[in-house]
Parts: sequence; C-alpha cells; structure tokens
Amino acid sequence: MKAYATFREIQHDLQHGTITCRELVRHHLDIINTKAHLNAFLSVYEDAALKQAARIDQKISQQKAGKLAGLVVGLKDVLSYEDHPLQAGSKILNGYTSVYNATAVQRLLDEDAIIIGRQNCDEFAMGSSNENSAFGPVRNDLDNTRVPGGSSGGSAVAVQADMCRISLGSDTGGSVRQPAAFCGVIGLKPTYSRISRYGLIAYASSFDCIGIFGKSIDDVALVLEVIAGPDEFDSTVSKKPVPAYSKELTQTERKTFKVGYLKELSTSEGLQPEIQKNIVAKLDQIKAAGHAVEPIEFPLMDFILPTYYILATAEASSNLSRFDGVRYGYRSKNATDLLSMYKKTRSEGFGKEVQRRILLGTFVLSASYYDAYYTKAQKVRRIIRDKTKEILKQYDFIVMPITPTTAFKMGEHTNNPLEMYLADLFSVQANVVGVPAISIPCGTDQQGLPIGLQVIADDFEESKLLQFSDLLLNMN
Amino acid sequence: MKINREVLDKIAHLSRLEFDEKDAEKMMQDMTAIVDWVEKLKEVDTEGVEPLTTMSHEINVLREDEIKEHLSHERALQNAPQKDADYFRVPKVLE
Repeated sequence: MKAYATFREIQHDLQHGTITCRELVRHHLDIINTKAHLNAFLSVYEDAALKQAARIDQKISQQKAGKLAGLVVGLKDVLSYEDHPLQAGSKILNGYTSVYNATAVQRLLDEDAIIIGRQNCDEFAMGSSNENSAFGPVRNDLDNTRVPGGSSGGSAVAVQADMCRISLGSDTGGSVRQPAAFCGVIGLKPTYSRISRYGLIAYASSFDCIGIFGKSIDDVALVLEVIAGPDEFDSTVSKKPVPAYSKELTQTERKTFKVGYLKELSTSEGLQPEIQKNIVAKLDQIKAAGHAVEPIEFPLMDFILPTYYILATAEASSNLSRFDGVRYGYRSKNATDLLSMYKKTRSEGFGKEVQRRILLGTFVLSASYYDAYYTKAQKVRRIIRDKTKEILKQYDFIVMPITPTTAFKMGEHTNNPLEMYLADLFSVQANVVGVPAISIPCGTDQQGLPIGLQVIADDFEESKLLQFSDLLLNMN
Repeated sequence: MKINREVLDKIAHLSRLEFDEKDAEKMMQDMTAIVDWVEKLKEVDTEGVEPLTTMSHEINVLREDEIKEHLSHERALQNAPQKDADYFRVPKVLE
C-alpha cells in the first residue's frame, strides 16, 4: 500500500475508490501480525474491524460516511470500549469487559472511525518505559533492545510501526508526549478538561488527559475536534466551544510568534548533548523565520517533579481504592475474611510500581503528614501554575525538550524508581499547570534515535499550538 | 524521613496492601528515598498561598435531577468475581 502523509489523502483515495477501508484495515492487521514481537497490542479486533470496514465502505459509496470514515485507531488499555476487554495493563482487572463506551471512543465511532485493538501500557498508566505492564514490556520498533517510553508505549509504537493511523493514549505526567518522542511520532496532550474523561480509567484525576498520537498535525487536529468538548458525563469537562482545529490549520495568514525557551537549556546537566544541540538549532531556525525567540527563567524547575509525585500519588491512592475484588476483576482465592480478601486481592493483583505509588499517596494523605506534604504540594502547584501562566501571557509558546535522553535500554532504570521518575523532568510541567503541550519529532541523535521537541501553549490554545507545530515540522 | 517497618505497616493497612519480609525491605528503602526527595518542597516559601484544589475551569456544574436509564442491574453485575441473581457476594462479614 502506498505511504500516506495524511489521513486527508486517504480520504481522497477512499472517495475516488482507489482504496477501500477493508484494504486499509488489512494493511494494518498485516503489520500487527508481522510485528507481534513488539508487544504493542493486547487485543486485536480483526473480525470486528474488517466488518466495520465493510460497513463503512458501503456508507462511503452511499455518500453517508462520517468525517473519520476510514480512520484506523488503536486504544490504550485505559479507554472503555463497550463489550471489549479493558485491564489498564494490570492483573487486577483480569477478565474485565467494558460495559459502556468512553465518550472519546463513542465520538470516534459516531464519525465512522475503525477501532483495531487495545494497546499495551504501563500498569494504570504508571511508568515511563512501558516495562510495568502485567503483559510484559513493549519494544521500540527502531531498536528492539530499547524502551518505547511510557506509559502509553504500545500506543506510540503502534503509530510508529504503522499498525494503526491514530492512537488514543492518556497523559498524566507526560505519558503521551514522552513515548511519542522516543518513537519519533507526534503526541498531543490537550488542555486539562478539553476532552471528557468519562470512560478513562482514572490515575490522577486533576492531571489526567486523553492524548492523541499521529504522524501528521492535520490528523491530530481532526481527531481532537471530534473527541473534544462538553459531555454530560464529566462535570469537569470544559464547556468552551471546540474550534474546527483542522480547518484553522489551513488558514495560513502569515503570523509571527513570540517564543520563550528555558535559559538553562545550554547548561542543563543530564540533558543529552544532541538533544540540546538540535533544540538550539531549531530555535535558530525559528528566529530566522522571523519569530521572536527569547530566553526565559523558570527558577521553580526543581520543584515541579516533587509536586507532581505528591499530588498524583495521593489522587491515585484514592482512585485505585475501587479495585478491591468486590465488583469486578481479580479476586484472591487465598482470603479467609473480608479484610484479607481486600489485602490479598490488591497485593496479588497490583504490580510493585502501582503498590509503591498507592503507599506513597496514602502516606501523604494520612492525618499526621497531610499538611506537610499534600497541602504543601497544592500550594506549590498554585505558585508553579501562576508563574507559568505569567510567562504564557508574554510569550505565545514555551519551547523545551520533552525528555532528557533519547530512548534508553530496557532494564536500564528498572531497579531505581526515583531514577525513572526523573525521566519525566520536562513533561510534568504542562500537567501540573493544566496547559496544552505537544511533542514533535526534531531530528535524531548519533545512534539514529528520535529526538522530541516540546511546545507548550496557554489554556485552550490548541489551535495556535497545532499551527505552530505544523510550521516547525515544515521548516526542514 | 526514614520510613520504618511500623510506618510501612500502618500505611499498608490503610492502603489494604500487605508485604512479606523481602518486599517490605525494598519498599521501605524506595519510600524513604522518594519521601526525602519530595521534601525539597520545604524550600519553597508558601506563606499566604491558597492550595490549588481544582484544575477545571467550570464552576458549579449543575443539572436537573432527572430519572434516566443508566447501567442495568445485569450489566453492573456482569464483571463480578462472585455474585448471585441480585448482589455482589463477599466473604461473610457478621457471624
């Protein structure tokens, strides 16, 4: 099959009958089969996807198809798809089948997208390497000895290896943008509350965002405009009207932007030299293209990660209390009474990283430590948000790395959780603040591993963010 | 702050988790390192700062309280590890 740069090209060919949805699905299924060793998919809905494709082919011939007709999508194992399995990469949800559709999934289906399968991820979206899945690690398609990043590793690899056109993942502290960078694809985390979280398995509710993986900005914009917006099932979701992002992308009136970058970029320890070099080069290109580029200071950088880990684990400990073996999933056979049923079910069902975060969250929420840790972190979160928003009042975008290194080797950080947490250094700020951010490909390192560039914009400025990203990608 | 066995056991009970000797040792080590690390926040002056408690931009989202069909009884019980016709089953609570 010919390589398509955008979904629009696919739609063009679908309309003209030079390709069918069935052929598209068959194409992706073939790759999923030949690249099964990557462990990106936990379930492949082969028959259902082919049937759906046939239905949509018919709709296209009758001119009745929705705006995503022919879009082949994979779902991270945290998004509910009615009557399909869902486990959050965890043993504790063994045998669970979704009883309803997540709002984002429903909206994809309503516009005739085709869902091809369920994608591997770190257990309950906790991890930065996809080595924490109960179903085994996912491998990076560029180098099978390296991680794809996490937690949405399967979703990133699926787009990287052309197993589907678009993946939906979730980004709580960087879980879409970081693996997108490691795999050389685009990863968008929209503004907090832009997309309904209904049907997304909760990790940390004040951070969780559904995010989109794709190979072109145009594809990502189109999917965002379909899945974003008000929803009666999520009281936190924004009621702001959803712009036609993909249309606004094509409005090419010449604009100049003001871009800020972290002053410490050139001196930052632990930042891989090639990442620094590529980003500095990109900033020069931006400047040469007529945009303003200025260094900014952000003295709170060292406090972002601790703030995130206190608040996210606190919320996780509360959210994950529902997995108790009573209503769904795994229940231990070794229990003697109700209390031991809870304890054995959870100790046998959850992996060690999830247990670690539940413990930490319970600790910071416990009566003796609540004010010293939890309330303190909420206060620091406000300071970080105010400072970041202040910068975003003066600048259209903040540009920075998304990861300190390119994709690391499997097993490199697995024995030291703290070391693994530091991999999120650049990604968590957008989640702590709630603003939208994107990771786009920005060259490779000496070993040919992809480098990601992060762009952060102010609340609900996805349209501007996508326009600028498109501009950056076309600068080479 | 050192997370010792006593603190770990208390937190583990609140979390409805349990650990054997070997796992407890590793967990105490990891927890101590992580708690020491997050204590860095003490360096930030937060005098007079209100805690940020919600990230949503919506305030007081209200709707009419209407009776609607949501999840059916059968659907809600579908994934239960143990159930009877009407209820989730758990080990006996009262003697």
